[in-house]
Amino acid sequence: MSTTLSIHNTPAAKAPSSTTEPWLVRALLIGIALAFLTLFLFVPLVAVFFEALKKGFGPYWAALAEPDAISAIKLTLITAAIAVPLNLVFGVSAAWAIAKFQFRGKQFLITLIDLPFSVSPVIAGLIYVLIFGAQGWFGSYLSDNDIKIIFAVPGIVLATIFVTFPFVARELIPLMEAQGSDEEEAARVLGANGFQIFWKVTLPNIKWGLLYGVILCNARAMGEFGAVSVVSGHIRGLTNTLPLHVEILYNEYAFTAAFATASLLALLALVTLGLKSLVEWRTHKRINEELPPENPQP
Amino acid sequence: MSTLSSGRRNVLPGFNISLGFTLLYLGLIVLIPLSAAFIKTWGMGWEGFWAVVSTPRVVASYKLTFGTSLMAASINAVFGLLVAWVLVRYDFWGRRIIDALVDLPFALPTAVAGIALTAIYAGNGWIGQFFEPYGIKIAFTPLGILVALTFIGLPFVVRTVQPVLEDLEKELEEAAASLGANRLQTFRHVILPAIGPALVTGFALAFARAVGEYGSVIFIAGNVPMVSEITPLLIITKLEQYDYVGATAIAVSMLVVSFTLLLIINLLQGWAKKRQEA
Amino acid sequence: MSIAVKNIGKKFGTFTALDNISLDFPQGELVALLGPSGCGKTTLLRVIAGLESPDQGQVLFDGEDASRQDVRERQVGFVFQHYALFRHMTVFDNVAFGLRVKPRKERPSESEIKRKVHELLNLVQLDWLADRYPSQLSGGQRQRIALARALAVEPKVLLLDEPFGALDAKVRKELRRWLRRLHDDLHITSIFVTHDQEEALEVADRVVLMNKGHVEQIGTPAEVYSQPATQFVYGFLGSANIFHGRIQDGGLAVGEHTLPLDEHTLQADTDAVAYARPHDLEIVRLNGDTTEGIPTKVLRILAIGTLVRVELENPGSNVPIEAELTRDQYQELKLLEGEAVVVRTKNVRLFPKIDYLANRVSV
Repeated sequence: MSTTLSIHNTPAAKAPSSTTEPWLVRALLIGIALAFLTLFLFVPLVAVFFEALKKGFGPYWAALAEPDAISAIKLTLITAAIAVPLNLVFGVSAAWAIAKFQFRGKQFLITLIDLPFSVSPVIAGLIYVLIFGAQGWFGSYLSDNDIKIIFAVPGIVLATIFVTFPFVARELIPLMEAQGSDEEEAARVLGANGFQIFWKVTLPNIKWGLLYGVILCNARAMGEFGAVSVVSGHIRGLTNTLPLHVEILYNEYAFTAAFATASLLALLALVTLGLKSLVEWRTHKRINEELPPENPQP
Repeated sequence: MSTLSSGRRNVLPGFNISLGFTLLYLGLIVLIPLSAAFIKTWGMGWEGFWAVVSTPRVVASYKLTFGTSLMAASINAVFGLLVAWVLVRYDFWGRRIIDALVDLPFALPTAVAGIALTAIYAGNGWIGQFFEPYGIKIAFTPLGILVALTFIGLPFVVRTVQPVLEDLEKELEEAAASLGANRLQTFRHVILPAIGPALVTGFALAFARAVGEYGSVIFIAGNVPMVSEITPLLIITKLEQYDYVGATAIAVSMLVVSFTLLLIINLLQGWAKKRQEA
Repeated sequence: MSIAVKNIGKKFGTFTALDNISLDFPQGELVALLGPSGCGKTTLLRVIAGLESPDQGQVLFDGEDASRQDVRERQVGFVFQHYALFRHMTVFDNVAFGLRVKPRKERPSESEIKRKVHELLNLVQLDWLADRYPSQLSGGQRQRIALARALAVEPKVLLLDEPFGALDAKVRKELRRWLRRLHDDLHITSIFVTHDQEEALEVADRVVLMNKGHVEQIGTPAEVYSQPATQFVYGFLGSANIFHGRIQDGGLAVGEHTLPLDEHTLQADTDAVAYARPHDLEIVRLNGDTTEGIPTKVLRILAIGTLVRVELENPGSNVPIEAELTRDQYQELKLLEGEAVVVRTKNVRLFPKIDYLANRVSV
């Protein structure tokens, strides 16, 4: 990636500004920051696509068209398609209760909702093994009834739900708290029922925050590795998600195929960042619209 | 309305059902499964627990995990602050794109980050080749772990410091300058104290994330017991040997650390918020 | 529709917002709930609307108990302090909201809604803003849209929470007059909350003065201003000079001097507080045979407008005594700053001394 840079507002013969640094210092600081980001962010990102396409498009497509790869893509999509909507419903419901009502223990509840973020993904997988695994709480019951959760799709979905649990809720709670309940109360006075209040007043106000949370939640759901790795059992064509498929290929020294699969996930990451920036830009614009210069003209 | 509601906003419907669903879902997905780990450990007794978590291999993994996490978080504190500063204060070509890309470690699946970092920091990789002649190996050593943990922790410091830096009043710096302070003095005595709480919070967040990290590390670490084996990997190793009790004991020791960190971070954020509002 | 509240009480934690309040709001009147912030006036308004449920007491609409009714069933129009306009809807959609959320059976047709919304927008003289969003309006425009939205559902009662609180002085004044005219046209029972005495006295048919969760006085603007029932009302409405003293033969002994008093019901030899408006003070030159009044000194003369304000040294406090003279009186007296004079009261209101006023200004 190119690191050429040009600095605007170079002071020519003006007095040095009291609140910025000399040109040379600025250039140096920008240079160091960019060098750091290049080493740790940009080079790895470029490397993924470089390694994937090193042997040309043929092997690239072949790696992606392989049945195991296709089934990994499918499983990843299915997992996200279950985990994201569930966490979406949870997030909206939690934010509604927390932002619109007063009750004791609210702050504690918010901390509990954040809990999954501070748990190592490996432990997130482990706790489901302890419950549903062969030696777990429900192990004998499940095997008697021939239900598989661990080393099967339900376990993967559960572990994914756990690691993506807080995303939507933590996006919505501060947003809805900041917006207050005035508009909902106004709608209530005007005769709207609960459903109408939510669809016509609350949802339009939180839609961008909601989208933001969903984008982040989805990225993590599709990309989760540690938690899913513990509960998956790595059965090719059955319980491999895309990240697990990458690992297997890599460990088999099928580097091109591994990076080809990885490039799909890297693309997903870039799309996520793009959408995220778009939403940020939209909401920032909206915030600016909320605060017009006040020029009363009754 | 429920007795829990104190009545302030009780004209809005749906309190019972939304809170009820929230608690049910939280309990089923998070709290009950997490408690399983503690209940399992309870069964082994203190002595059994201590026997597992004090074996040399486990202790070595703690030292490695916490040591590299601490170093990575420190690197991120310094460079994260620099990146935030440059993004907020200076205008240069490509600033917006770089701003967006800072979140890459949040969005990029850890396994992808792991293999990509391994590829470029290996002895024959794009960056590793420059260190190889001097006998410095990065990938497959603890140094590689440091690289991976620095990668995944990067956005935390930038994203906590950035908004505070943006909100910082220009008048404060102008006042300092008018009183005769040079830029470095202004930074040390005016800017740094103002962003201090956010910086510490970002450091703690990066540290907490690094301690639990698995995906990006295992590819680059080498995973040699006693040398480059992180604690989360040790949990998986125990699981693969069907040593559920041992795995859970180590997991519980890490959970205790994580929850303590979470508590500290909450306190820090409360402090930072207060400082910013004051 | 007439409204009555009976024995309403409401606490937030240990704070008593409303302390056993009973009030009547007759059909068609425009009533102001006036008081300092924290006096409970907004809480009372929200209790009437059904946005807040009281700990005790009843709300009666036309004599019928509405306490059990949900806010949606009460058919009140409520104008929020910060308008609470739906920011993602146009002005038109905001006003139409109440009609569109009606149950299908009662909901008017789209064309009927359209007609009605435009009628309301014409009423508030903002029809040309129908397609704008709230963020594109000025504060005064938002206020009027909020009012139009509240009127759309044809409420039996109109409740306004600090309707002009967020506006600047000039807009406030115009909107005040406009609200009064609107009320005269519509004659809908209306209650508005305000902390601005001028606003309450100018707009309302009747004023309810509230303090610390209870009602201090109810009356027409003229009544509450000229015959304040309590010390609080006297101090809250208009400016007042306060003299602490002791009741004696022939007047109120303030320090070594005496203020003359009219007939009163207080016992001799008790402590009392006298309130006097600035225009109830009289300034005279020092004169050997005067024994009545408080000798003092002119500090400042503000001769702007038709009235002349004179600030006089207050022997008992560093808050000056304030007197108002007409231009004629002023010219006759030919007062100079720094001159020694005597201040007398033409008209005072006496209250028995209550301890909580001990820290107020005294002579």
